[in-house]
Amino acid sequence: MPHWIEPHPTGIYVRPADAWIDPSVPRQRALVTHGHADHARGGHGHVWATQETLAIMALRYGTASGTAVPYGEDIRMGGVTIRYVPAGHVLGSAQIVLSHAGERVVVTGDYKRRPDPTCKPFEPVPCDIFVTEATFGLPVFRHPGTGSEVDRLLAALHANPDRCVLVGAYALGKAQRLIMELRGRGHHDPIPIHGALERMCALYADFGVELGNLPPATGLSPRDMRGRIVVAPPSALNDRWSRRLPDPITAMASGWMRVRQRARQRNVELPLVISDHADWDELTGTIREVAPSETWITHGREEALLHWCMTHQFRARALALVGREDEDEG
Amino acid sequence: MRAFSQLLDGLVYTRSRNGKLDLIAHYMATAPDPDRGWALAALTGNLDLKAVKASAIAEMARSRTDPVLFEMSRDYVGDLAETVALLWPKPEGQPEELDDGSLTLSALVDRLHATSRAAAPTVLAQMMDHLDASGRFALLKLATGGLRVGISARLAKTGFAQAFNLDVDDVEECWHALTPPYAALFAWAEGRAPRPDPAGTPFFRPFMLAHPLEADSVDLTDYAAEWKWDGIRIQIVGTGAETRLYSRAGDDITGSFPDIAQAFGSHAVLDGELLVRGEFQGGEAASFNALQQRLGRKAVSAKMMEDYPAFVRLYDILIDGEEDLRALPWAQRRARLEATVPTLDPHRFDISALIEAPDFESLAELRAGARDAAIEGVMLKRRDSPYVAGRKAALWYKWKRDPLTADCVMMYAQRGHGKRSSFYSDYTFGCWTEEGELLPVGKAYSGFTDEELKWLDRFVRGNTVNRFGPVREVEKTLVLEVAFDSIHESKRHKSGLAMRFPRIARIRRDKPAHEADRIAGLRRLL
Repeated sequence: MPHWIEPHPTGIYVRPADAWIDPSVPRQRALVTHGHADHARGGHGHVWATQETLAIMALRYGTASGTAVPYGEDIRMGGVTIRYVPAGHVLGSAQIVLSHAGERVVVTGDYKRRPDPTCKPFEPVPCDIFVTEATFGLPVFRHPGTGSEVDRLLAALHANPDRCVLVGAYALGKAQRLIMELRGRGHHDPIPIHGALERMCALYADFGVELGNLPPATGLSPRDMRGRIVVAPPSALNDRWSRRLPDPITAMASGWMRVRQRARQRNVELPLVISDHADWDELTGTIREVAPSETWITHGREEALLHWCMTHQFRARALALVGREDEDEG
Repeated sequence: MRAFSQLLDGLVYTRSRNGKLDLIAHYMATAPDPDRGWALAALTGNLDLKAVKASAIAEMARSRTDPVLFEMSRDYVGDLAETVALLWPKPEGQPEELDDGSLTLSALVDRLHATSRAAAPTVLAQMMDHLDASGRFALLKLATGGLRVGISARLAKTGFAQAFNLDVDDVEECWHALTPPYAALFAWAEGRAPRPDPAGTPFFRPFMLAHPLEADSVDLTDYAAEWKWDGIRIQIVGTGAETRLYSRAGDDITGSFPDIAQAFGSHAVLDGELLVRGEFQGGEAASFNALQQRLGRKAVSAKMMEDYPAFVRLYDILIDGEEDLRALPWAQRRARLEATVPTLDPHRFDISALIEAPDFESLAELRAGARDAAIEGVMLKRRDSPYVAGRKAALWYKWKRDPLTADCVMMYAQRGHGKRSSFYSDYTFGCWTEEGELLPVGKAYSGFTDEELKWLDRFVRGNTVNRFGPVREVEKTLVLEVAFDSIHESKRHKSGLAMRFPRIARIRRDKPAHEADRIAGLRRLL
């Protein structure tokens, strides 16, 4: 008798509801945790997601026939009760809580535990089966406080008034969070942005995230960008696009920046360890907190987290999901 | 400790030389004594701690963390010190990632000095608990005896000099009169004391350098000619009691060439070219390739010294005993040098012979006919030139042999660094085998103009056929005329050849790729 929840390489299948969670191939019925491309694909028949995630998918894939699921509300689907609970990862991100036959399963998608001014905080839900990510599932990944990282960015800016600091940040989530963290620390200067960020920033603003003045960098002269923080997707850091900038200090906001060689490979001069994923202590702390009878690990450095679970009396298994983890997302 | 660990982080990530100098200067101007002195010692490679072994560091980590997780982490990160620095767990109840300020760099050095090797892991562990990840990394690097932040001792001294508006050569002159943490040096730099007296210590004097010859000829009654040897420029400083060897950058390379240092017992400062004797040339100087076997080694085995015996071909004499000869005209210094060389060990030292040529045309012929692998060209020195630091117009000229050239086909391209990081500016190129296969023969990232670089960048982007990480493979259609100083056998390339100092001479858009040179043709230039 197979379990009512089945992990497959292309996603997690919820048999009684005949629906797939974050499927990597087009499916008739898809439950989507959040808008990043490795979780939300185009081409599904019908999508259940938060209103924010649906808007992000509409922006990225044009169309998305979907049902908006508000946080905290129960919906019924083929005998399964489904609830979307904030995951604290990016705007609209949700854990999907599924209850059926007296058993509760939580699929986190991606998540983090530290405060993020652009989205609702993660809510731990005690459960029987906890399906977790493990992007930073090694004890070397301990993200420092966000405040101290943002302060280093501002210090570099102020020490180099004739230059600009070009920060590479993933277009969905990281860029907006970084901008809000800067605003929260009293930095209200215009922040020129790369064209690839414009529509997503506008979408965030529509949902009430007050990002402030974000002029398109393309329209500015090098002189206008002196002394400014400029935000671009990581792929633009070393590309022709950056030639227009006045002697930029290259920074990148990512959990991967914790490892020197990773930063050096990308020619990053100012690595900022700011991540939208749980670090090692958050991953292990969350498993302790929700105390599942079984933990499924979806993607990342699952071996190490698996080892930790086994040495701490948590039953666990690693799922082999395909196509997860875009490195720029960290 | 935080100021020092932040300095090290900055030096790791900053790519431009000026950026690094600014970081060092800022630290030296603001850090307290004696921390900054110990930092200067660490950056110049003069901090001599009883090194803790890597195995002891790993043992210490295993005692604090799950050994399986430790090994997985080490696999992922690569570097042992970095792995341990990152995963080091704090004792319960302490906030993460906090350098609590209780441990200064000087306290750290004192403690490591006072610790036995057996007790070192325990002492290290106690210190680790008070640091953040950067601080732990700095501590472990200091404790294992290798900072490796990619700067030379000379750069560190230049940064120090910049902090206090000093001339780095003035710093260099008194350097060997000092010991860490250099209290006397900082006192002088801040105007609190006179300059430390370097008398009796083997300190570096800045080299005199040459301009490339651009005029069509010079008058040989004014200029003396000698061969320019293809080794590394070296300064031998002997006090009679001690001898030190310095590279052109002012780095102390005595440790790499103990055979030379031990053979020199005179009280003098000499300028010459360090070469390796090649067995194939009947005991004459071998090519630069042979010398490379000896460069950059901290410890030299007896076998290395036997297989690649080093010697110095002398060009000039700066100091003879207590007498500073630098203000004398070259001709007089040359006479003093000729008198000095016979007193030296003939196996290790000889004199760079002058080239006898009646006129400039004959000299040009001699230069063109020189086929010795160790000859890089001709030096022209004004007979009345004093020995002055740096490049001074019209005193010394270098007249390199005309470069060799080959028509090669671009195969791969990579992005450059710094200002060039958005351009594909590093090119690997190849020549044809008899079977019609293209094999790489070299890599070049200079020789083109800014306009040509833009064109080459566009070519790479428009003709990419494959990507391997940062490397792009391009259509094999573009011929580059590559100039190089010489070519040698090499195991590094599949072609078995390696060029010395290759650069792009011309972009041959007019030439079809199949007409580029063959490997067999290049081999004839060996």
